[in-house]
Amino acid sequence: MTDAGLTRPSAALLSEAGPEDFFALLKPRVMSLVIFTALVGLVLAPGHIHPVLGAISIFAIAVGAGAAGALNMWYDADIDRVMGRTANRPVPAGRVSESEALSFGLILSVLSVGVLGLASNWFAAGLLAFTIFFYAVVYTMWLKRWTAQNIVIGGAAGAFPPMVGWAAVTASATIESFLLFLIIFIWTPPHFWALALVKSEDYARAGVPMLPVVAGEANTRLQILLYTALLAPTGLAPYAVGLAGPAYALVATLGGAGMLWLAVGVYRRREGKEATKACWRLFGFSILYLFALFAALLVERLFAMARFG
Amino acid sequence: MAEPGKQPEGIVLTEEQKRKQRRRSVALALCIGGLVVLFYLITVVKLGPGILVRKL
Repeated sequence: MTDAGLTRPSAALLSEAGPEDFFALLKPRVMSLVIFTALVGLVLAPGHIHPVLGAISIFAIAVGAGAAGALNMWYDADIDRVMGRTANRPVPAGRVSESEALSFGLILSVLSVGVLGLASNWFAAGLLAFTIFFYAVVYTMWLKRWTAQNIVIGGAAGAFPPMVGWAAVTASATIESFLLFLIIFIWTPPHFWALALVKSEDYARAGVPMLPVVAGEANTRLQILLYTALLAPTGLAPYAVGLAGPAYALVATLGGAGMLWLAVGVYRRREGKEATKACWRLFGFSILYLFALFAALLVERLFAMARFG
Repeated sequence: MAEPGKQPEGIVLTEEQKRKQRRRSVALALCIGGLVVLFYLITVVKLGPGILVRKL
């Protein structure tokens, strides 16, 4: 064996990952929604937090969500590899090794929880730790490959951030913060199933028991309609308990009606391009709907703070 | 350092690997620096003027 034979394979094992690949492990698009909903939870919470500590808390929550995303990409590399939507993620594409993704996720998990604990309180930090655990272990390792209800229960992980933001100020979990959780929790199934209907072949190839793969498309369309029918009144709950004002109620009513209209479209149009279009429309509008609800809560509160201090 | 015309010893990085390694090092340095600033800010904001009040 020559010297070159000894050295070149070792060099080939060295990482060629750039910082942007590690950033991609954090699922930046999911992180942006987490930042926004956590911020709304933090602003709506009764009490006061120093703006610098508030900003650091939001940053820590975002990094914690990113860490959970990295752990998810580490564990799911095998199924990401066979799905078109995820095949180019850093781990399945071979740019980041599995052990790198795992250590990156673990280190960021510990740091984000520690920083949140120091900046706000340890109740919020504990809730963030539970959120990371729920997404990485309960959803990714257990539910996702086991049951068609994976995203129904797993949706809780994405719903926790406003509660964590709220807890950063109050060091508690109240009914009001639970309502913010509930909106995202009930919003998740119709949002994801609209995408799953379009991408069901991908999920079937990867062996992920998403609802359209296991229960069929007709059943999925019915469940989307049922969850949306539940979501529309849930969206109005913050108004009902006095957490939000009339402007929010208007946005929630119109948005809820829009969601229902599009869910009926998904239920009725079952074949061809029209059916696919209906799913994409609901998927796209659902993102806008959730953003509008939380934006309305935020704007109303900021206006109230500006008026009454 | 390898003499001219002689096969270098040990692991030889490709230019791409060297470039990516440098960028990773810079990113890591920035993250650690950022963490130091975070801890500094948390300390100053939480303790405020009390940061100077301590037993000698």
